[in-house]
Amino acid sequence: MSAHGAAPDRLARFAVSPRRRRADRLARGMLLAATLVALVPLVLIVYYLLVKGLGAWSWSFFTTDPTGSTFFGGSSIGGIKSAILGTLEMVALASMIAIPIGVGVALWLVEYGQPLWFANTVRFFVDVLTGVPSIVFGLFIYIVLIIGTGSTYAGYKGSLALSLLMLPVVIRSAEVILQLIPGALRESALALGAPRWKVIFRIVLPTALTGMLTGILLAVARAAGETAPLLFTAGHTNQTSLSLGSFMNSLPYQIYNDVTSPTTEVVNRAWGAALTLVAMILILNLIARLIARRSRLA
Amino acid sequence: MSRDAHPSPVEQTPEQMLQPHDHSSPAGGPSAQPVATEAATGAAGTQSVAKVAHEVRLERLRAFYGASEQVKGIDLSFPPNQVTAIIGPSGCGKSTMVRCINRMHEEIPGARAEGRVLLDELDIYDPAVDVIAVRRAVGMVFQKPNPFPTMSIFDNVAAGLRLTVGRSRRGELQHRVESALRGAGLWDEVSGRLSSPGVGLSGGQQQRLCIARSLAVDPEVLLMDEPCSALDPIATLKIEELIEQLKTRITIVIVTHNMQQAARVADRTAFMLAGELVEVGPTNEIFTKPSDPRTEEYVTGKFG
Repeated sequence: MSAHGAAPDRLARFAVSPRRRRADRLARGMLLAATLVALVPLVLIVYYLLVKGLGAWSWSFFTTDPTGSTFFGGSSIGGIKSAILGTLEMVALASMIAIPIGVGVALWLVEYGQPLWFANTVRFFVDVLTGVPSIVFGLFIYIVLIIGTGSTYAGYKGSLALSLLMLPVVIRSAEVILQLIPGALRESALALGAPRWKVIFRIVLPTALTGMLTGILLAVARAAGETAPLLFTAGHTNQTSLSLGSFMNSLPYQIYNDVTSPTTEVVNRAWGAALTLVAMILILNLIARLIARRSRLA
Repeated sequence: MSRDAHPSPVEQTPEQMLQPHDHSSPAGGPSAQPVATEAATGAAGTQSVAKVAHEVRLERLRAFYGASEQVKGIDLSFPPNQVTAIIGPSGCGKSTMVRCINRMHEEIPGARAEGRVLLDELDIYDPAVDVIAVRRAVGMVFQKPNPFPTMSIFDNVAAGLRLTVGRSRRGELQHRVESALRGAGLWDEVSGRLSSPGVGLSGGQQQRLCIARSLAVDPEVLLMDEPCSALDPIATLKIEELIEQLKTRITIVIVTHNMQQAARVADRTAFMLAGELVEVGPTNEIFTKPSDPRTEEYVTGKFG
């Protein structure tokens, strides 16, 4: 730092003070440290999932049901076929219930309900639901559909519990995205003489699609990873069941059961199942994003 | 909505026969059969009847946002085949008034209008009138260009039709999109990339795309709410040339903050202040010898 040509008092006025330089370094350092600390568990999770999970993966791992006999270890413990299919079926049904209803509620809130106090009440309850612990949804379905009807566990009851869990997430995220759509876009479509429902289906929804997809996938991923709502709604079985009317296995339940086992192979199956769950959600994400990108300019 | 309600031959004859942009191109005629005589006779062959522009008349129009009155009883008529400019300081109710002409004002929660807006003697606020039909007949172009972001150039223009009329035959659609784009003076610039996104165009092109979108539904009146305020001078010039062409078949109302623009494009100019109409008349009179001192102060730049 040479002060050639500049009067020393000029330099004193414009020079960076050492104190500010120190404060800057300290603040940057702390932010970087926070980032690194957060990264440690993330990296470790992925690392353990891959190391332990991949070891459990094999052809029969995906094609056989758990046998239930866990004493001898080896291949006699079976795979996780029923858990994969159970999760796919139950989450698919839950999504079919929660996504249309959730997007519908969000559309009503943004497009029609805006000035009404009823809309604010709905919003409040949706917020409350977002914070409800997942086991409460399971409990609710248990009381209403199992105790209440005097019947027993079934896959669709698990789906219902999961869809209750997804609903507030879908509504809130879709609502936020719909509110981001500029009013000018709706206005220009209305000014063309388009009826309101066409404005919503042809202009608002396609524009919001990509953004809403993120929230929807978050909800799907959350539902796919939940054990609590399934514990006393879908029950548990080792057999693959294609009917949502019967007991149903699921990946989170399988993991929950397996990690508590004293047999190493069974614990490893939990790792394999966990990796499968993560991989399934990742693939779903990729597919959805691909579809969204393609439909951008249909 | 009767299209022939305006049989004033004096106004139609000279301009209607020319209609340069609409017929000079092959857009109007089927390109498959290039009959020599058709090119020669032009207008008569392709679009059998020259379109007559329509008149809009406001009678004691008042517009409210909740309890506050923004337009305070305006009587004003917009003659066919003429461009009427609305000038006035910000917040004087220009845009509000114009939005009442296609009933967009009521889209804002708590907003309402009173009085009558006559489109060729039909009151568009009559309870029997379908608001959607009104908006098809009275198009609107907004301040900021707003093409539909998920759609290609073609689909943006076609949206005008798809959103209103419903499905139409592919050939018919293509024909109407092309003639709307030609009508908006955009065809030559975009004909090679109709399937690329509409938002990829420049600001001026986007605004002309929005005009094309409005033209595709064949409006009788076009409302333009400061259509050039977000554009550079060259893009502005193109829009102004376009207005000059469009007025031969569409009645145009343009809100503008730019007094030079009003002087360039408008046949008539109306000056508004605090929700009231101060003065309306031929543009050169408003700018050279206004009868109201407030108009004179405004157009000479003493306030506003």
